[in-house]
Amino acid sequence: MDWSALFVSFRLAALTCAFLLPLGIFLGRWLASARFRGKGLCEALVALPLVLPPTVLGFYLLQSFGREAPVGQLWMSLTGGGLNFTFSGILLASLVANLPFAVQPIQRAFENIPHNLREAAWCSGLSPWQTLLRIELPLVWPGILSATALTFAHTLGEFGVILMVGGAIDGETRTLAIAIYDRVQAFDEQGAALMAALLLLVSFTTLGVVYGLAGRRRWGRG
Amino acid sequence: MARLIVSTQQSGPIPLNAEFSCLPGELLALVGPSGSGKTTLLRAVAGLYRPQQGRVECAGQTWFDSRGKRSLSPQQRRVGMVFQDYALFPHLTALENIALALRHLPSARRRPQAEQWLETVRLKGLEHRYPSELSGGQRQRVALARALAREPQVLLLDEPFSAVDQVTRRRLQRELARLRQQISIPIVLVTHDLEEAAALADQVCVLHNGRSLQQASPDTLFRTPASPNVARLLDRHNVFEGQVVEVGGARRLRWGNDQLDVASGLDGLNINEHVAWYLPPSDIVLHRRGRPSLGDRENPIAATVDELVVLGGMTSVALRVQHGDLLRFDIATHAARRNQLTPGAAVHVSLLAGGIHLMPGHGVNSAR
Repeated sequence: MDWSALFVSFRLAALTCAFLLPLGIFLGRWLASARFRGKGLCEALVALPLVLPPTVLGFYLLQSFGREAPVGQLWMSLTGGGLNFTFSGILLASLVANLPFAVQPIQRAFENIPHNLREAAWCSGLSPWQTLLRIELPLVWPGILSATALTFAHTLGEFGVILMVGGAIDGETRTLAIAIYDRVQAFDEQGAALMAALLLLVSFTTLGVVYGLAGRRRWGRG
Repeated sequence: MARLIVSTQQSGPIPLNAEFSCLPGELLALVGPSGSGKTTLLRAVAGLYRPQQGRVECAGQTWFDSRGKRSLSPQQRRVGMVFQDYALFPHLTALENIALALRHLPSARRRPQAEQWLETVRLKGLEHRYPSELSGGQRQRVALARALAREPQVLLLDEPFSAVDQVTRRRLQRELARLRQQISIPIVLVTHDLEEAAALADQVCVLHNGRSLQQASPDTLFRTPASPNVARLLDRHNVFEGQVVEVGGARRLRWGNDQLDVASGLDGLNINEHVAWYLPPSDIVLHRRGRPSLGDRENPIAATVDELVVLGGMTSVALRVQHGDLLRFDIATHAARRNQLTPGAAVHVSLLAGGIHLMPGHGVNSAR
């Protein structure tokens, strides 16, 4: 068992969720309510990582994280370090790759709130901010839960993008998924099997718990 | 003065040229077919819709004034609104739904006040039910309590009885009538149910294509609609066209071959002028066979029975007069039997002169 890979994987998944959820709530609500020209384009951009081959996404991220590229330069001026082959780099890549998993369930949940509930809240004297906190967020809770589960599980399993951007540096960018690949390459099938089983168990448990919670009867009969 | 005064002018996307007013304690019904702008006007009062031009005043405050570029938010307006499907917050209990509208009170007072409101709408004991655990009528009452909890300056009801069965509807209507005695703010009710408007409202405003055509008490409206179109929107039949004539020095209204006495209104018109007129069905008196009855000599008309439709205790009668127009009225089914009304039968009726209402300046088919 590669304990440092396990730690990198969980750290990456937890941080990805922590950064993406606020963004997912903001973007999801905005996309659910805004009406503007080019909205379809925005939605397509958010969904793109779903259909793009991970190596393609990874290749572009690798390019843009380079010291010559604007993103790489900006990061360099802010932190003094590079992005490629660092934990920060794979975290940033993971944020991009998981954007649709975080945004889409939350957007759907916001879309399902009847507009007149917001209006009823305003007529009851609640400000837009109070309406978000007291009415909308409790109602989109299942969507937020799904987004968390999907993002967490997907980050644990991400392979192509991480390998392209981060390589496989022990304790820094080698995640469990990459460690499994390395074990297989080294003909250590037993080591690979153990880690694969662990990943399977964790992913399944995460999804099971979340769907179980989301599917539970809420708010009485209906 | 705590009255509500609304006027809007807008050409599109929803045409809206309406004016109405409502006194404190008064219930004004906005009636009209679907798409006539009733709900949009209500939303304009609540601040949920901003018309291009217009003015909304309530309780002496200007809530909206397109000229003064003033528009208060829904939060600033102090409106109590009951939405058509009630819009209760599904994740909050009945009590919490009401308490949420009590944020103007210190937090310690909200709960007892919310309980008080539940008691007022007779839902004591259901405090901890979620909306999905309440019946349609109970939900409506929670929505009403939530609207009133805000201590609003105007109460707005958007078809509040349309989502419940008829028995519940009757009961809720009675409750609203009872509750009204305790409220001294303007109440605006949107409905497409004319009977409901007539039963509950002090004033009715008729809307068509976003335009307000007439505001009056239900009785005035049903007896003297401002135009043939208002009569049609109110489901009134007996709108005809006549001509002003002079017979022996007195003005009469020629209708086909008959010359009718009219109690008032003819003097202001020109001889030979064509004028639309309306007669409430209650002012058509069927002559008893072989026995003269009250008002026999007033505008007697010969007609044949064209159609009889029995609807329980009442029978809807259509009579065709000689020149082809149809007179419609309802009589008790037993009276129809006693008078041997059958299709094709010849009968005589009187059109009471006091009921004939002239609508000069309007063609029978005008859209205004």
